[in-house]
Amino acid sequence: MTAAPSAAPVAGRTTTRAGRSGSVAWMALPALAIFVVFGVVPLAGVLLLSFAQWDGLGSIHTAGLSNWRSVLSDPGLPHSLFVTFEIMILSWAVQTPISLLLGVFLAGRQRYRALLAVLYFVPLLLSSAAIAITYKALLDPNFGLGAGLHLDFLAQDWLGKSNLALGVVIFVVSWQFIPFHSLIYQAGVRQIPATMYEAASIDGADRLQQFFSITVPQLKYTIITSSTLMVVGSLTFFDLIFVLTAGGPGDATRVLALDMYKRGFQANLMGPASVIAVLLVLIGLGLALLLRRLGGSTTASQQEGV
Amino acid sequence: MRLIRRNWLGGTAGWLWLVIVLIPLYWIVITSFKDQAGFFTQNPFALPADPTIQNYKLVIESDFPRYFLNSVIVTAGTILPAVAISFMAAYAIVRGAGGRFLAGVNGLFLMGLAIPLQATIIPVYLLIIRMQLYDSLLAIILPSIAFSIPLSVLVLTNFIRDVPKELFEAMWADGATEWGMLRGLALPLTRPALVTVSIYNGLGVWNGFLLPLILTQSPEKRTLPLALWTFQGQYSVNVPAVLASVVLTTLPIVILYALGRRQLLSGLTAGFSR
Repeated sequence: MTAAPSAAPVAGRTTTRAGRSGSVAWMALPALAIFVVFGVVPLAGVLLLSFAQWDGLGSIHTAGLSNWRSVLSDPGLPHSLFVTFEIMILSWAVQTPISLLLGVFLAGRQRYRALLAVLYFVPLLLSSAAIAITYKALLDPNFGLGAGLHLDFLAQDWLGKSNLALGVVIFVVSWQFIPFHSLIYQAGVRQIPATMYEAASIDGADRLQQFFSITVPQLKYTIITSSTLMVVGSLTFFDLIFVLTAGGPGDATRVLALDMYKRGFQANLMGPASVIAVLLVLIGLGLALLLRRLGGSTTASQQEGV
Repeated sequence: MRLIRRNWLGGTAGWLWLVIVLIPLYWIVITSFKDQAGFFTQNPFALPADPTIQNYKLVIESDFPRYFLNSVIVTAGTILPAVAISFMAAYAIVRGAGGRFLAGVNGLFLMGLAIPLQATIIPVYLLIIRMQLYDSLLAIILPSIAFSIPLSVLVLTNFIRDVPKELFEAMWADGATEWGMLRGLALPLTRPALVTVSIYNGLGVWNGFLLPLILTQSPEKRTLPLALWTFQGQYSVNVPAVLASVVLTTLPIVILYALGRRQLLSGLTAGFSR
């Protein structure tokens, strides 16, 4: 069965008859129940725990605003925020143009391109832990690729220097996720009507002009979907960074998610860790809403333009 | 028919990316068959002069079969119930559209997509301790089910909406119940989507690291990604053995991918590109 995205909303609305909704509502209950217990309750819980004192083992006491005060005045917080956004923005800026380019390329119907798409997907099958372990070995200055090939520029202490370590994190993230986003773009490009390109060719537009005046505007929603996944996803790069650098060297790659883990499960300060968690939730929600609004306003202007 | 248009930039990028993807993968596989002496002395891209399966032996003897079994239990134990209840919820959301309760449920799941659920790990940990489930496989399974519901429901509702309403009406006229239509109509017609959602979530659970790290403790409860990490800590000098563990933990997924890739790739993009 193939999906017909454009027809979907219309079909959905017309299927109901009056009085029907009561008879199916119970089917949503099992999913609702488990999502409430392990999704919604913890979401409320993290807010409550941010006002509590807990070491992870003993009893929980109220702590008022002290966690918030101590975390917000901690110079480590602006640093973690900065690193989080730095990785978010840089990895978005690296992944988006490459994914877009590869997506346009993969949208061609040639068979070898289908084969390439299959191979591109392989990094997504590996766990972040496996990928981090591989790159750690590959980039080892003494035993890794650089030393083996006797190439000095490859034999640097990649994970031991702040700037390099940040670059490595962004590279590895791109290596892992560009394939996924290329496939999203591939699907987007395939939905652009060929007639638009034919009309543009008749008007004498060259390929580059067609790319910027047809492909990119037509992919607006795809770009927003992919960017939302990248940006919100980047808040949860925990396992990759934890195994690859453990936040180091120093605090160079200590993103918020790692900061939360270290405060909570290494320093046993669940209260301050919950403050970080609340910030993570707020940032995630805020960014998702912002990107959705961006999508809404662009459709409006697009319609006005037509 | 569309003209075949030359796209030099895309073509160059396409082949270049293939090389970037394949180099580390090639290196992992060949190095895992080298002995340590070969690893230190040989060119890193040369095929092993003296291929050995010693590394794989070491990994298998380090309790990896048990970790493998744990990962299978956690993945299957998550995916089967998660997909079943997500499918039921998606069916309800499509068939009961217009109802306020179901609209609210749908909104709740959509909100779950925007929130990095890992951020709720501390209360989840508290909950698991209070339920006396800490350090059990169930401790990983329950939150994993909850975390995979939002996306599963979103993708499945999109697919169930594509089922022509005339089919529902015909079955309804024949006296079918909603449950009967769920099983007799929606289930067979959305099977590809169910496979996609299962593979996609299964991948996430199989490769999951944070939940096992925080919710379990004893070696007998380790899942593969956690075992990889601890193995790497123990044998950090023995790079070929570490890479053999990477190959062994990834191999089952690669095999599954080879079997089900068409559905995964097409279903994935259909689910997201809306």
